[in-house]
Amino acid sequence: MREGLYPVLIECLQVMTVLIGAPLFAGWIKALKCWSQGRSSAGLLQPFRDLSRLFIKETVLAENASWIFTATPYIVFGSAVVAGAIIPVLSVDLPLSAMADIIALVAIFAIARFFLALAGMDTGTAFGGMGSSREMMIGSLTEPAVLMSVFTVSLVSSSTSLSHMAHVLTSHTIELRPSLAFALMSFVMIALAETGRIPVDNPSTHLELTMIHEAMTLEYSGRHLALIEWANMMKLFLFAALGIACFFPWGIAGANEIWMLPAAVLLLVLKLALIGVFIVFIETMFAKMRIFRVPEFLGMSFLLATLGMISFFILES
Amino acid sequence: MSTSFAAEINSVLAALILLTSFGLLVQRRIYGLLHIFAWQGLLLSISTAIVGYTAGLHHLYISALLTLTIKVIVLPYILYLLIHRLRIHKEVEAMINIPATMLIGIILVILSYHLMSPITELSNLVTRSTLAVALATVMLGLLMMITRKKAVTQIIGFLAMENGLFFAATSATYGMPLVIELGVALDILIAAFIFGIFFFQIRTTFETLDLKAMEKLKEEE
Repeated sequence: MREGLYPVLIECLQVMTVLIGAPLFAGWIKALKCWSQGRSSAGLLQPFRDLSRLFIKETVLAENASWIFTATPYIVFGSAVVAGAIIPVLSVDLPLSAMADIIALVAIFAIARFFLALAGMDTGTAFGGMGSSREMMIGSLTEPAVLMSVFTVSLVSSSTSLSHMAHVLTSHTIELRPSLAFALMSFVMIALAETGRIPVDNPSTHLELTMIHEAMTLEYSGRHLALIEWANMMKLFLFAALGIACFFPWGIAGANEIWMLPAAVLLLVLKLALIGVFIVFIETMFAKMRIFRVPEFLGMSFLLATLGMISFFILES
Repeated sequence: MSTSFAAEINSVLAALILLTSFGLLVQRRIYGLLHIFAWQGLLLSISTAIVGYTAGLHHLYISALLTLTIKVIVLPYILYLLIHRLRIHKEVEAMINIPATMLIGIILVILSYHLMSPITELSNLVTRSTLAVALATVMLGLLMMITRKKAVTQIIGFLAMENGLFFAATSATYGMPLVIELGVALDILIAAFIFGIFFFQIRTTFETLDLKAMEKLKEEE
C-alpha cells in the first residue's frame, strides 16, 4: 500500500483540505468574534461568498503596474499551496514533505512575503510602500524567532523534516518538557505576528496609519485580490496546522494508516475550533500595539524561543 | 511521586524561575516588578519543598516556608510600602534599552551553562541540571543591578540575585545547613529595612532616588 497511488491521493486530499478548510477556519473566527461582541454573524460560509464575488468582479490594473504586480497573486497563492503540501495536516505520509523541511518551509513563506512587498511598492503609492516597509520589518524579526522556535522542536525530535518531527512526537510518551513550552509560547506570538492578527496588525482595518498587510494589497482588485485574500486565509490555517504538527501532533495519521484518516479529520476540526476560540480570546483581550512596540514583542518571542533551546540543553539533555 | 517525575517537575520550575528573571529584566512597571519577584519567590519555595521531599531532608521544608513568608509576602510588601511612601515614579528607567538587555541576558545564560557544565558532570544529585539556571539567575540579577538607574529596582535585582544563590544551594548540595539559612533570611530582612532607611536618606539629601545624583559627591578636580 505504501507504493503507488496512495501517498499521492493523500497529498491531493490534504491540499484540498487546506484550500477548503482555510476559508472555513477564517469564517469560524469571524463568526466567533461576532458572537463574542453580541452581533449576529454572517455564517461560516461568508469567506467563500466574498471570494467568489471577488473572482467574478473585473480586475483593475494600475497603468504603471509591471509584471511583478500581476504575477504576485499567483506566486503568493502558489507558495501557500506548496506550504500546504509540506505541513502534515492530516497524515505524515506526504511524498512532497521529503523534499522540503522546516527551513525550506520558512523560505517559502519568505518568498511570498518578498513578492508581496515588491508588489506593494510596484504601483508607487505611498500606502503600498509604507505597508511593504513595515511588513519587511516584522518579517525580518519573525523569521529568526520562528526558526529558533521550530529548531527547539527539531532538537527534541532530532530531525528537521516536519513529517518526521510529528511522527517522533506522537510515538513518545508525554513528558514535561520546559523547552517545548517555551517554544510553544514563542510560536504563538510569532504566528500572531506573521498572520497579521491583533496585537501586531488588525486584519479587519483599513485605517491608513495602522494597517500593515492591507496597505500592501490596497491596489489589488478582482481575482488578484481574491487570490491574495485566499492565500492569506491559507497562511492563517497553515500556521495553525504547523503549530498542531509541532506541538500537538496527536491524531495526525501515521504512514500507512488509512483507517486513521477520518479520526484525523475529526481531530483537526476540533483542534482548529479550539485554536479559533483562543485567537478570538486574544483579540478580545488585547488591543493592537503601537508599531514601535512590535520589535519588543517579537524580541520577546525570540527570547522565549532561545530560552527553549537553552533549556533543552541545560535541563533535558 | 517517583524521583524522575520530581526531577521533571523541578526542571520545569527551574525553567519558570529563569523566565521570571527575564521577566524582571523586561518589565517596565515597578509594581509589575514586585509581582514577578513574588512569583519567583513562590516558584523557589515550591522547588525547595519538592527537593526536600525527594531527598527526604525535612529541614528543607522549613527553608521553603521561610522563603514563602519572607520573599513572597514580607519583602514585596515592604518594597510596596516604600514605593508608595516615597511616591516613586512608576516607570522603570534602564541605562541600556530593553531588547539589548535581553540579548545580554541570553549571552549570560549561555555563559553560565558553559561554566556550570563541568560541575554538573561531577554531581549525581537529581537537581544537578538546574545548577546552570541558578547561576544564570544570579547573573541576571547582577545585570539588573548594573543596568537600572533607580535604587529600588537595583534592590530588586539584588534580591533576585539572592534568590539565585539560594536556588544554587538547593540544587548543588540539597540546601545549606538550617542555621545558615536562618541567618541569611534574617540578613535579607534586616537589609530590606536598612535599604528603606537609606532610601529616605538618599531622597532627603538629593531629592531623587536616581543614583546618578550621587556622582555629585565626588570632589571637583
